[in-house]
Amino acid sequence: MSPVMLRHNRVELALHEVRPGAGRPLLLLHGLGESSPTRVPSRAEAWPGPVYGLDFTGHGASTIPVGGGYTAEILLGDVDAAVGHLGEVTIYGRGLGGYIALLASGALPDRVLGAVIADGPGLTGGPTEPISQAVVRLVEDRRPPDPYALLELGRDLRPPDYALDFVRMAVNGSELEEPIDVAAVFRPPWLEAVAAAPGVAGLDVPEALALYAR
Amino acid sequence: MTETRTFPGARPPDRCHRVDADGVGIAVNEWGSATDPILMLVHGGADFSRTFDVFAPLLADAGWRVIAWDHRGHGDSDHTHLYSFDADLRDAVRVFETFAGHDPVAVLGHSKGGAIMTTLADAQPFRFRAFVNLDGIPYRRPGPDLADHQRTEALGTDVAGWLAHRRRTADGNRKPGTIEELARRRGAMNPRLSTEWLEYLVTVGARHDDDGWRWKLDPSMRMGGFGPWRPEWALFRMAGLAVPFLGVLVGAEEPMGWGTLPRHVEKWMPRHGRLEFFEDLGHFIHIEQPQMVADMVLEFLGDPA
Repeated sequence: MSPVMLRHNRVELALHEVRPGAGRPLLLLHGLGESSPTRVPSRAEAWPGPVYGLDFTGHGASTIPVGGGYTAEILLGDVDAAVGHLGEVTIYGRGLGGYIALLASGALPDRVLGAVIADGPGLTGGPTEPISQAVVRLVEDRRPPDPYALLELGRDLRPPDYALDFVRMAVNGSELEEPIDVAAVFRPPWLEAVAAAPGVAGLDVPEALALYAR
Repeated sequence: MTETRTFPGARPPDRCHRVDADGVGIAVNEWGSATDPILMLVHGGADFSRTFDVFAPLLADAGWRVIAWDHRGHGDSDHTHLYSFDADLRDAVRVFETFAGHDPVAVLGHSKGGAIMTTLADAQPFRFRAFVNLDGIPYRRPGPDLADHQRTEALGTDVAGWLAHRRRTADGNRKPGTIEELARRRGAMNPRLSTEWLEYLVTVGARHDDDGWRWKLDPSMRMGGFGPWRPEWALFRMAGLAVPFLGVLVGAEEPMGWGTLPRHVEKWMPRHGRLEFFEDLGHFIHIEQPQMVADMVLEFLGDPA
């Protein structure tokens, strides 16, 4: 089935209906370099409502920007466009998608009812403080995933206190007691801090989705 | 016919070029002889290279080939999908490569242009012969440390404002107006600059459509914003610079300034760096006092040859 194309500034975003249904949608956010799955992941099969997958900017069937310039915050804008289309959602994010799920749960606490952060590509991000910066020019390749996405989103700065700001925003604005769930086994510094924060659950994916489906 | 304005000392560039930065067209302007040693001028956020129309000729007339470019989304450079500090840095390297190859050149960066060049000087020091940072040294803002909950609250407001802006930028267009109206709007960012200068800037930095003038700055760009980056991180890079360094700070507070004072940065100055402070001047010191700043820069840089 063809995806719905959403507009985020000059980028066309592909939102895939992975499984139809009624009720609150589950929004899948893929990892760095991936794209939306075509089938519901096994750990999310019990989700009672429809399931959608969003291709981030530069990934899957979404626009590949000219000349890079990616930030995690731009991908938050991608999710905002999807939430604007779908309404209230629960998010299940892998890797980079897990980090973006955290940002979205803090930025849109009344519309993101539960965000599950799972292992996947791009979970680490870059350093937590500035390091010597490589200024790299990549060979142009118009096929997804955009190499600049892989480069820039693979090294974006993720200080733990910045991540904790989004946890607090989520907890303050959400009707849920624990609006974020850390299901990931691997926990880089930002995620270690998130997992230890008040209002964050530590359930595995099926358990967390069952909790958020209520 | 499009209306033009003049301003005392303002001179249009002697040569204009376009550099392809990974598909993004970057507009480059030059003043002075093409055979003179290169001095790169790097503008700040929401500015454009023609804001150097008075300052650049003073340096060119002293024997420098002055090269300035419009950052992506600014001035005559392309509007594109994404904007970031890293992308600006990469575009800058394309300009350096195009005009200087790997040869070291003199560099002056103003405001955000100073911060970008501080990062480049740390990342690729071989490109620098000397570096002037003109009020582009950010430090921790907005002053004393905020409590966690206050910082979270401020971030929440920033994020909400940014997302609201992103939702309406897809088909955004800047508001048209007369030269006087655009100058008045810019006056909010440049309260210390004369109306005559701001009206001149409109004629070299805005485009004249059928329904009026519009600033060329991409309407999807927005001042402020949020992210993990912290102003004080620029200081960590500055401390280790080995290239001859002149830092210039100002005392008059302005909306576009970082409010950095000498006491904030003295500890982080490069070992042989020089710091100048002008208590009564503002963030656009090179526009307020072009001759004085040009003389200071020329004295610091020494003989171009």
